Amino acid sequence: MAQPNRPLSPHLQVYKWGLHMALSILHRATGVALGAGTLLLAWWLMAIASGPEAYAQVRDCMTGWLGRLVLFGFTWALMLHLCNGVRHLVWDTGCGFELSTVRVSNQLVLWGSVILTLVAWGVGYGLIGG
Amino acid sequence: MSMRTPLGRVRGLGSARNGTHHWWLQRVTAVALVPLTVWFVASIVGLVGADYETVTLWVAQPLVAVLLILFLLTGFYHLKLGLQVVVEDYVHHEGAKVATQMLITFGCFLVGALSIFAVLKIAFTS
Repeated sequence: MAQPNRPLSPHLQVYKWGLHMALSILHRATGVALGAGTLLLAWWLMAIASGPEAYAQVRDCMTGWLGRLVLFGFTWALMLHLCNGVRHLVWDTGCGFELSTVRVSNQLVLWGSVILTLVAWGVGYGLIGG
Repeated sequence: MSMRTPLGRVRGLGSARNGTHHWWLQRVTAVALVPLTVWFVASIVGLVGADYETVTLWVAQPLVAVLLILFLLTGFYHLKLGLQVVVEDYVHHEGAKVATQMLITFGCFLVGALSIFAVLKIAFTS
């Protein structure tokens, strides 16, 4: 076991809060939230496999205002995890760690996820005509 | 000066004692999920408001069914790997840690298997 009185590195609260920190925590939070969201995906697929009545029930739930709110959050969580995940893959190659680059990629990740979410919902609403 | 290679040094290390294997698989599934997620979201947007007939016919197409299964396999595996890291970071009691890790593994495989079975059933029966 580890020795009990080793000096510990300072934890999160000593650092100045920044967008990169928020995005880092959101990456983990959205990952866990998407895990819960997979239950919706499984429910949807199992309903289609079960027949028209089960499918109609799921469709009614997902097109209600609460369903739409959850699905909108689901979409944004997925897009943020996707955009920030791509940034993580770039970081894994050893590139993009300079503070000036991180400031730019912060904005790309944040606004990229917002724009992708709005595009997906805009096209979706366009298809059903409101 | 050690004669061991960098790979030899990391083998058997890490909180799950499996070296870089976990880290690497998380990256491999992440790379696979980038195009699969874009495809999935674009497809779902195209299915907004679709009736039962349209949705089943969509899932039953060979390319769609296979891509869906690949999306589910990589997605649920990526989820299992990610949730495991979260537990390793925050759960420090050894018994609770092992128990949650097992629950995560069982849960991901259960929900993943249910989803994949559903796709297969739709593909083979409609």
